[in-house]
Amino acid sequence: MSRPAPRLQGAGFVAPALLWTLAFFVVPFLVMGAMSLATLEGRTLVWGLSLANYTELTEKAYLWRAVMVSMEITLTVTVVSVVLAYPLAWIIAFRVPQRWQRLALLLAILPFWTSYVVRSYAWLLVLAREGVVNQTLMSLGLISEPVTLANTRFATVTGFVHFFVMLLTLTIYANLVQLSPNYRRAAMDLGASAFQTFRHVILPLTLPGIVTGAFLTFVLCIGDYVTPQILGGNTELTVPQVIMVQLGRRADFPLASALAIVLMAIVTLVYILSARWLRLDRI
Amino acid sequence: MSRMTTILLGTTVLGLSAAAAAAEGELNALVWCDHTDPGLIEPFEEEFGVKVNLREYEGTGAALALLEQSRPGDWDVLVIDGIDVFRAVDAGLLAPLPAEDLPTADFFPEVVMADNNVVDGVTYAVTEKFGYNTISYNSEKVDPADMESLATVWSDKYKGRISIYDYYLPVMGLAAIANGIDTAGIDSGSLETIGGTLSTLRGQAASVAGVVAAQTALATGEVDIVVGGGEWLTAVLAEEQPELTWTIPKEGAVRWAQSIGVLEASENKDMAMEFVKYITGPEGQARLATSSCFWGMPANAKAGEHLSDDQKAVLRWDSQTDYLARTQLYPAPDTDLDIEMQDLWLDTLQQ
Repeated sequence: MSRPAPRLQGAGFVAPALLWTLAFFVVPFLVMGAMSLATLEGRTLVWGLSLANYTELTEKAYLWRAVMVSMEITLTVTVVSVVLAYPLAWIIAFRVPQRWQRLALLLAILPFWTSYVVRSYAWLLVLAREGVVNQTLMSLGLISEPVTLANTRFATVTGFVHFFVMLLTLTIYANLVQLSPNYRRAAMDLGASAFQTFRHVILPLTLPGIVTGAFLTFVLCIGDYVTPQILGGNTELTVPQVIMVQLGRRADFPLASALAIVLMAIVTLVYILSARWLRLDRI
Repeated sequence: MSRMTTILLGTTVLGLSAAAAAAEGELNALVWCDHTDPGLIEPFEEEFGVKVNLREYEGTGAALALLEQSRPGDWDVLVIDGIDVFRAVDAGLLAPLPAEDLPTADFFPEVVMADNNVVDGVTYAVTEKFGYNTISYNSEKVDPADMESLATVWSDKYKGRISIYDYYLPVMGLAAIANGIDTAGIDSGSLETIGGTLSTLRGQAASVAGVVAAQTALATGEVDIVVGGGEWLTAVLAEEQPELTWTIPKEGAVRWAQSIGVLEASENKDMAMEFVKYITGPEGQARLATSSCFWGMPANAKAGEHLSDDQKAVLRWDSQTDYLARTQLYPAPDTDLDIEMQDLWLDTLQQ
């Protein structure tokens, strides 16, 4: 029996993934795109090629404000998470003895094992007026009255950072442990200080890990509904929260789809800009 | 036909027959969370020998979308906001109910709500539970006398100690009542006045919270007042924290009501109707009123015979005549006004 041609064999291997992507990404995306160009007249969905849902972004201030709020929170979370995760990953990779690294990583990602919703409500209790943080600050005499921490942007960012530091630690650690120690030795031999070695050798070589983690953080954060809903106290609304309002009572799928497309456009734009700026192709 | 083919066909036929039998012994209901209490559902399942499959939803829009995307016959029973029954009727989703089989004669008259449940003389749904969107508070942290007027509730005295219930219709209804506008009289022209009150309220509030978040905030002392709260918010907390209570201020408050109906596409309408009769009967009503998810007044006054004195005290059974007289059904806007109200609400939240 003759073997199938290599090209046919390759197509056979790729086909399941292609079909999966087609069925669960391309087709739903096209449906969502078409839905965003439809309109809701009364309670009737009217298919068409209307841009009315997109122009509402300029007409309704709260929609544009939601885009801005989502961007501000997401950028803050991404930057803070990278700044906190890098040293943690560094310590685990280079300061913790190799036989303890698995345990250290396990401890670092331990919070992943609890439910996302439960973790958010736990933060709500920790940050409450009579929560652990306020009680501690008051017992240390740093404040005389409880400060408002829950139901604020600070609470939302804290909840997100707690989650994404774990994710970024993993991606950056995976990158750091692959670096040959010879790079550092060579830089030192050539007279570079520890900081110069980090700045000119280690950091550029670990950028793929950082960018991968940061991009995942950006994507997951900008599309998240649960954390801002529980911890933000609706003191400001993100795009996913506004989408849920559109669906909850009026089932306005056209406007909700348009907002989802806007989110996807932002994510795509950020990816292109970051890839160009970091010149990933040259790393 | 080979032996293997015969076995396969036989097995398939047997499997399909079993599935059909199982489907006949099942009832699928799209409900609010208070119907998921086993204490409510199990007595019905035992009496009729059926399995009731329940799916919770939030928001009429989500329910209607789900129904429109389902296959005919997937769902048998729908629990829906009383003011939205007409939307389900317009969409052709609800089946007529035999009005003579419904115990509406035993209902509190104000909650029969024929205007909502009956369209062109045909009954499509029946009220099952009601309550109030009003003021919940911690009686140890605020002056109860202050809670008797909406103006003092959202005064500077309680700035930062208020949470607003995250649903625009009842809260805008309360804002309308505070300005002397009937909830049924809300129109485009009155939204500016209502918006002014909403902005004031928003400025004094620490958060705008859903059911669980509002309960958590009140129970943990994060806030001391929930505007839009009521017995449905504090009743489940009353046993452990009796200081959490509620009142209807002198200006009045908003009344909510939920209805139940049988779906037109149901292939099990007789059993679905039995379920409606069970839920609206005295025993079912008592169980629904004290469901573990949230408490609320039963529409059927005869449910009182199956409630303990303590349960009636928490529900304020003896005050219902007064409360019903002083409250208004929450706004039921048409599509255009609904969009305007939702936009105003979201604008206020983003301020």
